[in-house]
Amino acid sequence: MRATVFSLLAIAGALLAGGPLLAQHSTAQDIEDGGRVFRNTCANCHGPDGNEVAGIDLGRAVFRRAKTDQDLVQIIRTGVAGTAMPASDMSVAQAEQVVAYLRSVAATKRSASAVGSIESGRALFEGKGSCRSCHRVDGVGARLGPDLSNVGQLRRAVELETSVIDPGKEILYNNRTYRVVLKDGTAVTGRLLNLDSFTVLMLDSKETLRSFDKANLRDFGFVDVSPMPSYKDKLTAQELADVVSYLVSLKGKAN
Amino acid sequence: MRRTLVLVVLVAAGVAALQAQNVTFDRISHPEKEPQNWLSYSQNLFNQRFSPLTQITTANAKNLELQWVWQSKSLEKFEATALVVDGVLYTLQGPPQQGVYEIVALDATTGRPFWTLDYRPALEARPCCGRVSRGLAILGDTLYMGTIDAHLLAIDAKTGKILWDHTVEKVGEKAIEKYAITHAPVVIKDKIVVGIAGGDLGVRGFICAFDAKTGNELWRTYTVPAKGEPGNETWSGDSWKTGGAGVWNSGAYDAETNLVFFGTGNPAPDWDGRERLGDNLYSDSVLALDADTGKLKWHYQFTPHDEVDYDSTQVPVLADIQWEGRPRKVMLWANRNGLAYVLDRTSGQFLLGKPFVKVTWMDGFDAKGRPIRIPGQVPTPEGSIIRPHVLGATNWAPPSFSPRTGLFYVAGWENSGTIATEGKFPGATGIPNGTPMGQATLTPNFKKEEEGFGVIRALDPHGLTRKWEFKMNDITWAGVMTTASDVLFGGGKEGYFLALDARSGDLLWKIALGGQINSGPMTYSVNGKQYVTVAAGSSLFAFALR
Repeated sequence: MRATVFSLLAIAGALLAGGPLLAQHSTAQDIEDGGRVFRNTCANCHGPDGNEVAGIDLGRAVFRRAKTDQDLVQIIRTGVAGTAMPASDMSVAQAEQVVAYLRSVAATKRSASAVGSIESGRALFEGKGSCRSCHRVDGVGARLGPDLSNVGQLRRAVELETSVIDPGKEILYNNRTYRVVLKDGTAVTGRLLNLDSFTVLMLDSKETLRSFDKANLRDFGFVDVSPMPSYKDKLTAQELADVVSYLVSLKGKAN
Repeated sequence: MRRTLVLVVLVAAGVAALQAQNVTFDRISHPEKEPQNWLSYSQNLFNQRFSPLTQITTANAKNLELQWVWQSKSLEKFEATALVVDGVLYTLQGPPQQGVYEIVALDATTGRPFWTLDYRPALEARPCCGRVSRGLAILGDTLYMGTIDAHLLAIDAKTGKILWDHTVEKVGEKAIEKYAITHAPVVIKDKIVVGIAGGDLGVRGFICAFDAKTGNELWRTYTVPAKGEPGNETWSGDSWKTGGAGVWNSGAYDAETNLVFFGTGNPAPDWDGRERLGDNLYSDSVLALDADTGKLKWHYQFTPHDEVDYDSTQVPVLADIQWEGRPRKVMLWANRNGLAYVLDRTSGQFLLGKPFVKVTWMDGFDAKGRPIRIPGQVPTPEGSIIRPHVLGATNWAPPSFSPRTGLFYVAGWENSGTIATEGKFPGATGIPNGTPMGQATLTPNFKKEEEGFGVIRALDPHGLTRKWEFKMNDITWAGVMTTASDVLFGGGKEGYFLALDARSGDLLWKIALGGQINSGPMTYSVNGKQYVTVAAGSSLFAFALR
């Protein structure tokens, strides 16, 4: 028993240290693709941090059965009989990308060290932070920013923390901001909904769905700066932890 | 007087009916004599996708309007180019999983079906990259169709009944047994010629000819030479046995030399050349075969030892042009590898090659036309960024050559790159939302220009210089067609069907069709009215002047 625990710890340690178990050839693209698959598939049960199934903490390389990365690839593909872990139709390459993603997660720190309060976070979100002036949760709030109703299901705590203090660091392509200038000089900025050779579709700052014919525009283009302010100097460490805890708690309503 | 008129009308009707009964090879070889029809995949056997019709012009194209729509059951990519014979339009749509092909004969003026044929391929059929068909062929009163379970069918064009169903190769459970035919068969004299796809799965590709009447196989030429055959030395070990080099787009035919030309696909495995050292002939090549025997007359390899997936299955485009002061019989080719080529089609001699998009894997050619690779621009353990993207600077979508403008028109992608890692499916770089394969329905686009865009480019074969370009925000899987009134039709993933001025690239007309365009446009005329069709989403749309 002790030997087993020791080996698990050793494996976890190797993973945390970026050890040679798997995917030593994984690229940033592998990790990104693996993360996408993880969020779409695995996170539904394991949670975005991979720690919502008892006894398993995927983000810290704590597994029940897997000893090697090949074991993990196998389990991802075939499932574990007699448990809730189902088989998947992932290819070996896809499963390897998921494992590469888990390795990268294991190599990064978790969120703020302070323990947050969900209730305090909610109060900050709805009050001092004015988050609902752009974001929507369970049907309340504006639609200009991403709807956060299930963000806790989609993003890890550390990612949410980064988004609050450095919103421009990663903007998903479907959250991009666009600006058009009409012939009369009027500028309209909004959330880009679709872009083609002839038209621009957006949700403008008044939450009106707008469609522009490029032929009638003086200028148009992406706005690369995030419209979201940084909360780095606006929240204390405790408040930040509270807000992140609240966001993590947003799992969406059951369908 | 009245009697004469009636007689003339009767004679005219009689002639039309007679023609409809017999699409001879002579008719297929001389489509310029009957501009109202579209008798083969790319209009003529030179694959120029150029129509002599002139009713729709650069001046009146703005008056195009919808005439009819035919909706298919399948939500597969609708890649077929229709055929039109004397007022009857024939087309087909690929089968969904466990579903059927739909083959139809429509009234080309109304879109109403004369007959519909459902055909169910074997459940074992699992082609790597789409359950598609790019078109039918016709000879006499018989339509010919290749299937994703590698059957060749002969269908009565009048009734839609299957005349014979020949198994070209039996599809099995193993990956290397996933033989498929996805392109429009090529009619050459009394033969039907098709190529076998499946190279990505390790199927050893081949091209074969069948007796049009009986379906008996007449010759077969493998695209990867066997032990003892010339070219086999370009494969290490036994790698040739699963070498790929599938064939999945139509070929061209030159009656003067009796040569049939086909492009071949990538070697297998796609992204890892370590087990197949060497040039891997005849992958990523054009093959010139004797049409009567299948014997290889010459070849040119576009991408020796490919590790990115630069299939060279684009349709070969043949043209007779002035070259350095004298007439020359050439082959024009815009390749998935990002390079455009001019070859002498009688000998295979390399005349000119030049990038038509940004290319980072090679820089120039040696005296024989072999590309000079840039060191390091191959898959590496860490991953390396290679342009163009795995899906290519262009892909299967058919190009066009206009003898009037002398320009070669290509639909392609710019700014697309691949992260290539040894043995792994390449990741897209810059392109949001992963690998941008085509599909039937629209997808929202958020791309910046540096993340890839679609473009139609007009290239002058002399110097392969760019005369104009028409940029699209999203990429394109749509072919292009030109007409004798200098109108170019094209489209893209955004779902716009476009008419451009073939001399300037200026936009003349556009319409949003509500689905991605994954096909090549074609045109025909019935009772003096010119129509133009394109498939978008899961439907076929026909337009004419109002």
